Amino acid sequence: MREVICIVCPKGCHLRIEETANGDYNVSGASCERGIEYGINEVTNPVRVLTSTVKVEGGSLVRCPVRTDGSIPKSKIFECMEEINNVTAKAPVTVGDVLIEDIAGTGIALIATRSVS
Amino acid sequence: MENMQYDTIVIGGGPAGLAAARSAWENGLRSILIIERDRYLGGILNQCIHNGFGLHHFKEELTGPEYADRFISLVKETGIEVMTDTMVLDVTPEHDVYVSNSKGFEILHAKSVILAMGCRERTRDSVGIAGTRPAGVYTAGSAQLYMNILGYSVGKRVVVRGTGDIGLIMARRMKLEGAEVLACIGASDHPDGLARNVNQCLEDYDIPLLLRHTITEIRGKDRVEQVVAMQVDEHRNVIPGTEKVFDCDTLLLSIGLIPENELSKKAGIPLDDRTSGAVVYENNETMVPGVFACGNVLHVHDLVDFVTEESIRAGKSAAEYVLGGGKQGGEPLKIANGDNVKYTVPMMAHLDKLEKNLEIFFRVKKMFGENSRIVVTQGDRQVASFKRPYMASSKMEKIRIPVKLLADVSPEGGPLVVSAVEEGGGANA
Ligand SMILES: Cc1cc2nc3c(=O)[nH]c(=O)nc-3n(C[C@H](O)[C@H](O)[C@H](O)COP(=O)(O)OP(=O)(O)OC[C@H]3O[C@@H](n4cnc5c(N)ncnc54)[C@H](O)[C@@H]3O)c2cc1C
Ligand code: SF4
Repeated sequence: MREVICIVCPKGCHLRIEETANGDYNVSGASCERGIEYGINEVTNPVRVLTSTVKVEGGSLVRCPVRTDGSIPKSKIFECMEEINNVTAKAPVTVGDVLIEDIAGTGIALIATRSVS
Repeated sequence: MENMQYDTIVIGGGPAGLAAARSAWENGLRSILIIERDRYLGGILNQCIHNGFGLHHFKEELTGPEYADRFISLVKETGIEVMTDTMVLDVTPEHDVYVSNSKGFEILHAKSVILAMGCRERTRDSVGIAGTRPAGVYTAGSAQLYMNILGYSVGKRVVVRGTGDIGLIMARRMKLEGAEVLACIGASDHPDGLARNVNQCLEDYDIPLLLRHTITEIRGKDRVEQVVAMQVDEHRNVIPGTEKVFDCDTLLLSIGLIPENELSKKAGIPLDDRTSGAVVYENNETMVPGVFACGNVLHVHDLVDFVTEESIRAGKSAAEYVLGGGKQGGEPLKIANGDNVKYTVPMMAHLDKLEKNLEIFFRVKKMFGENSRIVVTQGDRQVASFKRPYMASSKMEKIRIPVKLLADVSPEGGPLVVSAVEEGGGANA
């Protein structure tokens, strides 16, 4: 049995995850479906949304904030950071622009979270 | 600029100011001005690049800049005027607003004013750390600005003093950028930040959490070289002989936020000792008629969604005030904090002005377990009760009391008292 705090929303439900005899998982304490999914992921394949910034050239700001457009495996975080640190965006950038199509082979894109003119 | 008289002037262009201005517009005001001292709108959200914003309001998980962007767009599609790079120097109870920018000094007038100046961070002086004054000591928020907006590298070996959300988030951020984070140190027996941030910022990255400790000394000539941490007892006195020395080049301080109320004080607006923000009625009006307050300038929020909600109400109230010719409500009901509750916002309510609910924000003083409730009483009569498991002082709580439950409540009956109780332990109502 593992106890974790759900990070999906600020409510922060206290989850209890138990493995059943047939190898399934039983999540209690969640107030919604997303918490159940988070709880199962947390013991099987923990995932996170990664946020950081990238360099910008020719813009009104020198850094542009970015995030992964979905959750990536926790184990790939530092690999993703390396790719992020090698990217330079060219102004103008618009919120939602794709800066890396498939980051660290996760199948997830890296997108801009602020417009830079 | 011929139109020097506005329906409302909003001071501060963060999420509070943006939502209040948009709401004033939606509620019928047409001459609205937002004044922001920074180059850009968006306030503190521009540097909060992490995700976790907007789950209540937009039903999706956004980063700070994305949340700001949505509101900036909502403002831009209206006729709301914006002045950036402009500092408000003074506000008067008669709604004169003194501003200064590259064009010079100017006095603007408005029928109503909305205060949305946010908050600032406590500094080293407010915790009294001894030692030298080398470079490398930052508040967590300024480190966040340097890293996320200006793109500087802040340090390589870091100790964080304070376990508030900004400290936790910056500990993770520094780690992601390749720094070593030696410890996150807090004086109480539980972290001050949200549990989800302890989980995803410290535990995910194996950053040690050192509770019941404080920093007693900073060493180093030009740059921080070491900090000394010591254990504290329950009265926060340091226990001799418990020194731990950390070799580091950076100390981040995340020791709390204080509403930015210099302007409010100068305007003669009564403030509340518990929140350090203005005393307000249910419609976010301060005790100076026509002046409203919302967001972190009113009380420190941990969720921007609540800031938005509160600011929408402030904007609507300002519109009602201007369009209704400044009509005031009747005798207000006082609202007080009872057992285990630190403060309430609002502090007073006009019962005759309530629509469907009386909404009250507050914080509890300690951690609560699973079987906990919020109880609202007047005298010895229980008015309402809400089940609320796992309350913590790090998390702002909110209750909505339906107007029909307030049918028998009147200002003469004394204050409405909000308390938090744990079943099976402590007093009950
Ligand atoms: C580090 C950090 C992390 C956070 N993380 C989260 C999170 O994960 N999820 C979440 O929901 N919430 C989070 N929050 C909370 C949320 O971001 C804040 O509560 C919210 O931004 C407050 O909005 P505001 O408009 O009241 O203040 P601010 O955003 O501070 O805006 C105030 C504005 O007023 C301007 N101003 C002040 N004085 C003057 C003056 N005299 N003249 C002109 N302009 C002036 C300032 O420049 C500023 O732009 C976080 C907050 C911080 C600080
Ligand atoms: S279980 Fe649902 S309600 Fe609870 S914290 Fe997770 S996402 Fe939020």
